[in-house]
Amino acid sequence: MGSNKKMKCQKCSKPATFHITDIERGKPREYHFCEEHAHQHLRPPEGGQDAPPISDLAKKLIVGGAAAREPTSADKQVCPICQISFLEFRNSGRLGCPYDYEIFRDELMPLLENIHDETRHSGKVPRRAPRNTRQQTTLIQLRNDLKRAVAAEDYETAARVRDMIRSIEQEQGR
Amino acid sequence: MNLDELTRSSGEWLRGTGPESDIVMCSRIRLARNLAEFPFTNRASRTEKSEIESSIRSAMQRANLELVYFDVNALPPLDRQFLVERQLISRELAAGEGPRGVAVGPLENIAIMVNEEDHLRIQVMLSGMALHDVWERINRLDDQLEEHLAYAFSTQLGYLTACPTNVGTGIRVGVMLHLPALAQTKQMEKVFRALQKINLAVRGLYGEGTQAFGDFYQISNQQTLGKSEPELIRILTDVVPQVIQYERTARQALMNEKRQHLHDQVSRAYGVLKTAHTISSEETMLLLSSVRLGINLGLIDDLEIATINELFIQTQPAYLQKIQGSELGVEERNVARASYLRSRLSNGRHVEPD
Repeated sequence: MGSNKKMKCQKCSKPATFHITDIERGKPREYHFCEEHAHQHLRPPEGGQDAPPISDLAKKLIVGGAAAREPTSADKQVCPICQISFLEFRNSGRLGCPYDYEIFRDELMPLLENIHDETRHSGKVPRRAPRNTRQQTTLIQLRNDLKRAVAAEDYETAARVRDMIRSIEQEQGR
Repeated sequence: MNLDELTRSSGEWLRGTGPESDIVMCSRIRLARNLAEFPFTNRASRTEKSEIESSIRSAMQRANLELVYFDVNALPPLDRQFLVERQLISRELAAGEGPRGVAVGPLENIAIMVNEEDHLRIQVMLSGMALHDVWERINRLDDQLEEHLAYAFSTQLGYLTACPTNVGTGIRVGVMLHLPALAQTKQMEKVFRALQKINLAVRGLYGEGTQAFGDFYQISNQQTLGKSEPELIRILTDVVPQVIQYERTARQALMNEKRQHLHDQVSRAYGVLKTAHTISSEETMLLLSSVRLGINLGLIDDLEIATINELFIQTQPAYLQKIQGSELGVEERNVARASYLRSRLSNGRHVEPD
């Protein structure tokens, strides 16, 4: 369990096994609880006699706090490749494209540590050398540009973008 | 192979073979993978989803894999549900929209979902406790596909996935266990808590919360980042034998202390399944679980474990409607289910499905 192994619950002396990030008044705040106090913390304030099911707990960990909260400056950040905002990610728990791991890096790292207790991959690597991130995502961006150009009936741009897409695809032997 | 042909066979993972198969129904590993050049499924347009689908289908062909592809988008709801019941697709894929599908391998050991939460969800399943074998197979399969696909991968974070809970290895290592004695002696809570402490998740047969379906529980890893695939598999191969031992002890205690009561319960369950004329899905699951326990404890000796394993799947609503060839309401299904059970269990002999 990595670096959190010896951390104690904030409310008692049991080991903290739940690490929760809530957004309070626009600022992330971290809690470290044992199971019992984690449930207590996450239980809805009224009428919630049952502990939340695991899946809700997971979503809470990902989404990181109560639904009604003020957006932070990080929330307004938008990925130039897939156009998803960080707020959209927080609400759905799903990222929009591989590049989001770059663009939202500062926000995602503490989250990954919360979920996995680690922030560095150890394990299988694709046999083929992965292309660099820029090259990986250029196609996504170009296809978006193409879509927008076509929608705007800017056929000159569309033709140019299409040629760029073709040349990258050819380079990749597709 | 088409979908109707699937109704006439059953998955290898139901055969009740392999190590510890009295308790371990099957071992399963899935890998989440995404194509580098596309947005994740939830953000992909219809056109992009269709391009993703055709890239993946062409990779499967070029890799010469023996797979049959089902275009889930074109399937009627009943057929989608049928694939969910067989554990070949997830509920999410069934309920999704746009171009998507599943490629199924021989004996249903392989299922590759396309355009689920991730572009690719590769699954390999085998009967019994066989995680190493499953890993070898899925690792090879992943290599074969990767020859023809550029996966989204970063050196620091590994395989990039739509949900940060899967990033890294993208692996979910799971074992499906039948734990009727622990359930009956109310010890499951204790097991849940112990597993949760070491970061393992417990789900039911169809992935639902913690509510058990026929006393089946799937135990799987939650961490995917920072540990290698073999390390994550080792956590399961270390822990599962302990749960198996716990279940065996509980079974032995039931046999020693309440043998007559248990024998009575098992025989009545068997009797009802053999003779009922209308029966709900819930009651069927409950009784099948008792009968399965009875076979494994030698209290029932004229029925094969494979038959019971298959019946857990083949008494589900979509399967019954598929073999009936028409849609059925709840009442009609209960009648069809009872009739199917009688035919499969008649005189205690193992009867192959028609």
